[in-house]
Amino acid sequence: MGSIETSRGYGLVLLTFVVALMLSSLHLPPVIDRFRPDWVGLVLTYWALALPNRVGVGTGWVLGLIQDTAQGTLLGQHALGLATVAWLTVRFHQRIRVFPLWQQALSVASFLMIEQLLVVWIKGITGYPPGDWWYLAPPLGGMLAWPWVFIVLRDLRRRFQVS
Amino acid sequence: MGKLESRQSKSLFAPETAASIRYALLALLSVVLMTVDHRQHHLELMRNVLATALYPLQVTVQLPFEAADWLAQHFESRSALVEENERLREKQLFINAQLQKLTALEAENRRLRSLLESTVNVAAERVLIAEILMVDFDPYRHQVLLNRGTQQGARIGQPLIDERGIVGQVAHANLLDSTAILITDPAHALPVQLTRNGIRSLAVGTGRFSELELPNIPNNGDVKVGDLVVTSGLGGRFPRGYPVARVTRVEFDPGRPFARVFAQPTAHLDRVREVLMILDDIADPAAHPGAAAVAPVPDAAKPDRHPKPDKPAAAAGRH
Repeated sequence: MGSIETSRGYGLVLLTFVVALMLSSLHLPPVIDRFRPDWVGLVLTYWALALPNRVGVGTGWVLGLIQDTAQGTLLGQHALGLATVAWLTVRFHQRIRVFPLWQQALSVASFLMIEQLLVVWIKGITGYPPGDWWYLAPPLGGMLAWPWVFIVLRDLRRRFQVS
Repeated sequence: MGKLESRQSKSLFAPETAASIRYALLALLSVVLMTVDHRQHHLELMRNVLATALYPLQVTVQLPFEAADWLAQHFESRSALVEENERLREKQLFINAQLQKLTALEAENRRLRSLLESTVNVAAERVLIAEILMVDFDPYRHQVLLNRGTQQGARIGQPLIDERGIVGQVAHANLLDSTAILITDPAHALPVQLTRNGIRSLAVGTGRFSELELPNIPNNGDVKVGDLVVTSGLGGRFPRGYPVARVTRVEFDPGRPFARVFAQPTAHLDRVREVLMILDDIADPAAHPGAAAVAPVPDAAKPDRHPKPDKPAAAAGRH
């Protein structure tokens, strides 16, 4: 940690997170919007999988706090959700790394589902019950998006030799 | 092990254990943050700093929409523009004529009020035009981002209107932008009354753009479909007499103590792009002792107002 060799690539990681944040606050038609995956969660999962010593629970928590501000939700709501995703990924990164892509997508979807249920639960407590079952859709969108996110980010990581 | 192991994981178990401890601490911190944010409003400063740092990001998200608007305007044919110009000119004439009538009515109203020794101010409120940025928020809450912040005169609790009626109020005022909560948000309520007979109620958000609920109207209350619902000015947050909604559904159930009354907001909340922020401090009890005397209880469900000495006159002059 901290040596010249391991501290490269922070720019790339930061850039991918900025793009993910932009994608998650882009205005979309409601039909697509319902399935919009949690882009920040997906990118966080990738980096926690690839660089578990550098991107982890703390990164997820800070990103969640930023997302809470950007989306006007309770401060700490997404922070808890993304910290959970990061923790699960770091916890199981050695297993998930060797999975084939479709199996990876399933585990990522289950992490995202846990995050979503946590966030929905918190919303319910604070007086915003979801009202319908559509809140289950974004993790499914995340599952479909994972292979593409994985391939794009892996190529970027190899191109810029971040490890 | 050392050679075969990938470079970043120096020890096999270190990242997991460290992550678990960190996770436990941060989860605890999140719960504390959420509790404080939900119960009190001490985190406004933290939110403001984060939001101001995020402003460039949100402007970037907005860019494609603005570019599309700009292109559409530039490629609109000349004849269409001429036609629109003509139409707007006619409309302005019409509105000006109406305005003259309004001025006369206002003068008369003021005279009558002075006869009644009422202190309610009927002078036109000063307003600031704010644009709604096309930034998506949490889909379960009805909030929008406005491109005016405390620099331009926005403050927490400021009422927002459009040409059709009340839109909402400012929930968080940051330096360069502000977050507004719409009247249909499930956590929002505003004091209203019916124009036909003056029955007072609240207009509570339902989470649907097309519906507000008016609770606590007795079963024998005189409410009909089509009644106009306007702000009552009680609570001192919204100016009095602005249209809010029109009654669409009245259900009388003898088994319930109150009728179920639903109304559709007059403002097109799901389509509105520009809103007017009312700058005048109508809630100032010193300026309007009458209003404060009628409604001494502030609404606890709404965000607290900060007693900030802002300068609405200077901000209004800039626009």
